[in-house]
Amino acid sequence: MGNDILVIAEQREGELKKVTFEILGEAKELTADLGGQVGVVVLGDGVGDMASTLSQYGASKTYAGDDTALGEYSPDGWATVIADLAERTEPAVILAPATPFGKDLAPRVAAKLGIGLASDVTGFEISDGRLLIKRPIYAGRAIATVRINTDPQMATVRANTFAVPEPDMGATADVEALDLAGYKAMAIAQEVITTAGEKLDIAEADIIVSGGRGMGGPENYDMLEELAAALPNAAVGASRASVDAGWRPHADQVGQTGKTVSPSLYIACGISGAVQHLAGMKTSKYIVAINKDSEAPIFKVADYGIVADLFDAVPKLTEEVKKLYVE
Amino acid sequence: MNIVVCIKQVPDTAAKIQERVADGRIDLESVEWVANPYDEYGVEEALRLTEAHGGQVTLITLGPDRAVQALKDMLALGADEGIHIKDPLLDNVSRRGVAKALAAAIRKLDDDVDMVWTGWKGMDEDHGLVPAYLAEELGWPHLSFVQAVDVDPDAGRVTVEREAEGGKEVLEAPLPAVLSAQKGLNEVRYASLKGIMAVKKKTIPEWTASDLGLDASELEGPDVELVHVGPPPERQPGRILDGTPEETAKELVRLLREEAKII
Ligand SMILES: Cc1cc2nc3c(=O)[nH]c(=O)nc-3n(C[C@H](O)[C@H](O)[C@H](O)COP(=O)(O)OP(=O)(O)OC[C@H]3O[C@@H](n4cnc5c(N)ncnc54)[C@H](O)[C@@H]3O)c2cc1C
Ligand SMILES: Nc1ncnc2c1ncn2[C@@H]1O[C@H](COP(=O)(O)O)[C@@H](O)[C@H]1O
Repeated sequence: MGNDILVIAEQREGELKKVTFEILGEAKELTADLGGQVGVVVLGDGVGDMASTLSQYGASKTYAGDDTALGEYSPDGWATVIADLAERTEPAVILAPATPFGKDLAPRVAAKLGIGLASDVTGFEISDGRLLIKRPIYAGRAIATVRINTDPQMATVRANTFAVPEPDMGATADVEALDLAGYKAMAIAQEVITTAGEKLDIAEADIIVSGGRGMGGPENYDMLEELAAALPNAAVGASRASVDAGWRPHADQVGQTGKTVSPSLYIACGISGAVQHLAGMKTSKYIVAINKDSEAPIFKVADYGIVADLFDAVPKLTEEVKKLYVE
Repeated sequence: MNIVVCIKQVPDTAAKIQERVADGRIDLESVEWVANPYDEYGVEEALRLTEAHGGQVTLITLGPDRAVQALKDMLALGADEGIHIKDPLLDNVSRRGVAKALAAAIRKLDDDVDMVWTGWKGMDEDHGLVPAYLAEELGWPHLSFVQAVDVDPDAGRVTVEREAEGGKEVLEAPLPAVLSAQKGLNEVRYASLKGIMAVKKKTIPEWTASDLGLDASELEGPDVELVHVGPPPERQPGRILDGTPEETAKELVRLLREEAKII
């Protein structure tokens, strides 16, 4: 076994996901202590060109599985390609994003390699040359520190946990094309249905403007959409109350039975702050709460609170934000 | 269609875990235990599929004595059989070991199984690993985060909609397959009185590791070893901004720009 780190890149329709860069940055930092180099594997149709970008963000080597057969995602098919690569190159660590893609693919890779996997990781340390891994359990109500006793040590890493490194524009790409001759797949993706055009997913957003039952109805979310549109890289989220009421799709739900997010800024509008909701957003860097009830539990976790009717407060906030970006 | 649903017993999702964290561990003494909520969606979907296409629903749980209650609660929804895998050898086994035991139990069933449902993750330690390990163990495809399913029993194929970044992904796979349920799949029915009474008459066989042909050497301890459990970092309650909506909006934007430096 070597001491390299292998990162599984996430791309969709020719575009690398930001979380890939975040993980490459963290992998690079870990190699400072572990020794070794950062490799990245990217699979798909037409992904060979991504090597130069990947090297700018810290990959010393890109393993590209570029083939029309990989134009459609397959969890078992892609896992076989990555497990074969890991068996051949013997990395010390394999990291993948803790996104619907990574959470689907990575456990199958671990299964093929017969190893353990730490899911949804939010921090790494190194102790005696091995990883000490932090991961929230019980929907964030406790933080576990775990050690993996099998090799390679494998983890999925939560998005928005690590910073995107400064790209090194001078980095040169070292690419190895993977041999896909025996590629076979059982489950195969047929199509991707993007909801509401090219909407930014809350799991990827830097800023989330979230609305709860206090929004009063689906039509009032236009107000939040407008605020989000005025902010950089922002998306609109929702509480379970508004999802259950049918005002917003489940994909937008934040919380224990929805998504766990940690954006730089989370603006909760008309959300009371039930534990199950907090479980999904408590690790946000900054939390703003707008609620007319000064006793609402959301204020206990908010950095900045506004006790007001959201129908007054949100439009004013949007106005101020717009001014900021016009200046 | 013969369908197996794997049921994990987990602490009640409303349990105040934070108050139970001390000395680097969680004390689960006298916590209320329930069937993992994601597994309930699996049971509901299995019942709907067998109602439409015929067949049997068998529930399997692996766990100590108390775990049989989760099995009974789910049997009351209308499932046909329940099996309890119980063995001290399996008390502290890895997620991979759990999957091995579940796979062995599935192979041991009298009838061929067409589909296995699991939850996409246990609402306890939030691993989300057993479904993939199980699928690999059985050599079957795994479809995860399933929110809608369509089975063609004659063609032996299943099509699902799964949650994906910024939308949904449609996947197709041959049967038999492992499917893991995500919220949004269905609304779980309530147990009927008849269902609850029927459970009382059922015998739930207990299978040990040796019944499943597993010996200790195959059941390694945890490969992801819990070293320490601590409370989540506390958030300091922040500031309430005073003033008219104009004033608070201005002040908030200023703070986000100058203090938080995020806009
Ligand atoms: C097993 C389980 C899992 C769950 N998972 C989740 C989950 O993933 N995500 C989640 O969010 N919830 C989840 N819940 C539900 C959770 O317990 C709460 O019921 C839910 O979060 C409440 O949503 P809410 O804050 O929008 O609504 P409410 O609690 O009804 O709060 C509405 C808030 O809006 C305020 N308000 C009303 N009108 C105005 C106005 N005009 N201006 C300003 N403020 C106003 C009110 O003061 C109130 O505080 C789960 C529950 C269970 C049991
Ligand atoms: N001990 C168990 N008995 C039965 N099913 C289990 C067990 N552990 C996990 N599972 C199944 O695997 C899913 C994911 O669990 P986990 O990998 O533990 O998060 C659960 O929702 C169950 O369907």
